Amino acid sequence: MTVELPPGLALQKVDERIMTLNVGPQHPGSGHMRIIVQIDGDYIVACDPDPGYVHRGEEKMAEYRNYITNIPHLERPVIHDSCNALYPYVLGVEDLLGIEVTERAKYVRVICSELNRCIYTMYWLAIYGIFLGHSTMFMWPAGDRELLIDLMEKISGARVTHSHFVPGGVRNDLPPNFEEVCLRQVNYFEKRIKEYAAVFYDNPILISRTQDTGVLSREDAIRLGTTGSVLRASGVDYDLRQKEPYDVYEELDVHTNVMKEGDSYARSKVPWLDMMESCNIIRQALQKMPKSGSVRVKLKPNPKGKGLDSVYKRVESGRGSLGCYIVSDGKVEPYRLKLSVGSFRNLIALPYLLKGEKLGNMPSVYWSLNYWPVEADR
Amino acid sequence: MGIKLLKDLVTPENANVFIGKLGDILEKAIDKPLGYAINWGRIWSLWPVHIETACCSVEFGAASSPRYDVERFGIIEAFGSLRQCDLIVVQGTITRKMAPRLRLVYDQMPEPKYVIAMGACAITGGLYFDSYNVLPGIDGVLPVDVYVPGCPPRPETLIQGCILLQEKIKRMKARKFV
Amino acid sequence: MSTDAEQITTEEKSADEKPVAKPVVKSVQVPAFEKSISDKVVEKFGDKIKVEFIKENRVGIKVSREDVHDVAEFIRDGLNYDHVESVSGVDYPQDKEIEVVYHIGSYSDSSLAKQILVLATRAQREENPIPGKDATKLPSLRDIFYSVEFHEREVFEMFGVYFTGHPDNRRLLLPEDWADLPPLRKDFAIKGR
Repeated sequence: MTVELPPGLALQKVDERIMTLNVGPQHPGSGHMRIIVQIDGDYIVACDPDPGYVHRGEEKMAEYRNYITNIPHLERPVIHDSCNALYPYVLGVEDLLGIEVTERAKYVRVICSELNRCIYTMYWLAIYGIFLGHSTMFMWPAGDRELLIDLMEKISGARVTHSHFVPGGVRNDLPPNFEEVCLRQVNYFEKRIKEYAAVFYDNPILISRTQDTGVLSREDAIRLGTTGSVLRASGVDYDLRQKEPYDVYEELDVHTNVMKEGDSYARSKVPWLDMMESCNIIRQALQKMPKSGSVRVKLKPNPKGKGLDSVYKRVESGRGSLGCYIVSDGKVEPYRLKLSVGSFRNLIALPYLLKGEKLGNMPSVYWSLNYWPVEADR
Repeated sequence: MGIKLLKDLVTPENANVFIGKLGDILEKAIDKPLGYAINWGRIWSLWPVHIETACCSVEFGAASSPRYDVERFGIIEAFGSLRQCDLIVVQGTITRKMAPRLRLVYDQMPEPKYVIAMGACAITGGLYFDSYNVLPGIDGVLPVDVYVPGCPPRPETLIQGCILLQEKIKRMKARKFV
Repeated sequence: MSTDAEQITTEEKSADEKPVAKPVVKSVQVPAFEKSISDKVVEKFGDKIKVEFIKENRVGIKVSREDVHDVAEFIRDGLNYDHVESVSGVDYPQDKEIEVVYHIGSYSDSSLAKQILVLATRAQREENPIPGKDATKLPSLRDIFYSVEFHEREVFEMFGVYFTGHPDNRRLLLPEDWADLPPLRKDFAIKGR
C-alpha cells in the first residue's frame, strides 16, 4: 500500500552521494518540529529547520480578545515557564494603561518568575538527559522540579498554567507561612542541583559527547542575534535582569554566568548555573520583600489604551530575552500583539551550527540551544 | 469398511476448508480464555508513540517522573520506533500542519492501536477554538478511545485516563482486528 | 488613568480604608541619552527620517521604504547596534499600507544595552494580495543584520510582504498548502468572529 505523502513531506533528491533525511516530527530527538538534514556519510552538509507544527495563531487571536482575557492563551506557548511568558505582556499593558504596581506585588512577581525559571530549566535538563540517553538525568530533574511546582501550586492553585500575573499586580497574595516553606524548599533544591555535577556535568561520557561540538563563536553569537543562555555560553555578558532591570531586579544582586567556550557543553551548563543564581535571587527577594501590603491594583473593567500607542517590553525568560510589542488604538483589544521569543531567535543558529557536524551530535546541539518549539511557533 | 480417519477425509482439494473449520472450532472453544490472556498482555504493555503535538507534552513528561511514575501501570515513556507501539497519546493542539503527519503516524502503527486525546485542545480545540490554524478536536482525524480533559490535564488525570483505557481493553474482543 | 485605579488590600476590603492609587505622572522631559541617539540619525539623514517617539530606552524612527536600507546601514556602522530582536508587521488597511517594525538592539556596546531602536517602514498594500508577485515589497535587511533571516520569512508569510534581496523567501510556520490570505492581515477574519 502506498500512501500519498502530504505536500512538503516528500524528500528532495540532491545527488547520489548526499541523502536527505527527515528528523521529526515523530522522533525522540526532535520535539515538535522537523529538521531536514542532508547528510554525506555521517556528516551533515546542510540543515533546514521546519518549525510551525504548533503554530496556533496566538497573535491573531490576541486581536480579538481584550487585555484581560488575553492572559490565559498568552502563557500557553511555554506552560512550564508561564509566569515569565506573561511577564512582558503584563508589563506592556501596565505601561499602556499607566498603572504603577505596589512594592510587594513586584517582589511576588520576581519570586514567581525565578521559581518558574527553575521549573522550566529542570524540564529542559530532563529532556536533555533523555536526548543523550542519560536516564538518570531525566529522573532526577523531573522529580526535583516537583518541589518547586508544589510551591507554585500553593501560590496560584495550578500546577503549570498559573495565569498568576495580571496587569496591576498578581492575582493572589502569597499563602500564609509561605516564606518559611519557600526558603526550606529552595535551600534543599539548591543542595540537590549541586549534586548533578557528579552525575552529569563531570561525567566523561557527557563531556566527550558535547565538548567542542557545535561551537558558536562570540562574534557569530552577536551577529546571529542569539539570546539567553546561548549568548552567555559564547562569552557575551548580557542578561536583561542586570542590563535592563524591570520591577525590583535593580534592588537585588543579580550575578550572570558567562562561559567562553561556546560549545554544547557550555550551553548546557549555563542554565544549570543560572538555576543556582535564581535560588540566590529568591532568598534575597524573600528577605527584602515587604511583609504585608496590597498585591493588586484594581482596574476598571475592560481597560483601554490611550489612543494610538505602542510599547515594547522585554524580560529575561528561561530561554533568553522575551519581548512583547503591543500596538494599541484605544480600543479594548490590542491592535497588534507580537511576541519576540527567545526560542525563535535561537533557531537561526541551528543550521549554522549543524553544518559539518556529525549526525549523532544533532540532538545534543539542537537541544542545547535552549529551544522550546511550541514557543517558537506561537 | 473401517473407521474413516481424519487424514483420509482431507484431500488436497478440501484442505483449506478443513483448516478453516478447525480454526472456527478452536476459536469457539478457547477464544474467550485466550482473549482474556491476550488482553491481559496488552493492558500492561501500552507503549505510546513518541510524538508531541503541543504543550501537554510537559505534563506527559511529568507523568513519568519519579513522583507519578506511570511505568508501574505498564505505560513506558519515550519509546523510539512507532512500529512497536500500540498507543498514541495526542498531547494537545492539532494544527493543520500537524494533522496529516499525525494520521500518517497512526496509519503506520500495527494493529491493535489505541488513541488517547489528552487536553482540551485535542478534544474540542479548547482555548484555540477560533484560531485559523487549529483543528476543532481530533475526532475527524483519529478514532479516539479515551478523552482526558484539562488544560493541561494533571498527571493524575492522565493516569486515570490510561487506567480507563485498560478497563476498556479488558472488555474488548481480543481478535477484533483479525 | 487617575480615576480608574484603586487598590484593594488582600486582608480587608472595607470601603472607608480603600486607598486610591495616585495617578502616575509621566515625566514629560525627553531623556537625554535617547535624544542624542536620535539626533545623530537626524543629523545624518535630515528630512528623510521622522522621529516618532523618544521614550525611556526606546527611540522610534520612521523611514520611507527607499531609505530603509541606508538608514539601517548607518545604524549598524555609525551607532553600534548589532542585532535585530524582532521584526513585526502591522497592517493599516485605511492607509493602504503595511508597517514593518524592526526592534534593533546592541550586545557589543554596553552603553546601548538598555536601548532598543525601533525602525519602522511602510510597504504598499494590495487589496488582493498575491504574495511575492505584487507590489507589496520592501528591501531586505539581511545583508546588514543577519539575524532578521527567519523574522523576515515570518513577516512574508503572515503579511505577504516580499523582501527583495532575501535569499530564502520561503514559508516558515504556516502549512504548505495554505492558500488563503496572509493570516495576520486585518481583512483575514478568523472563524466565528
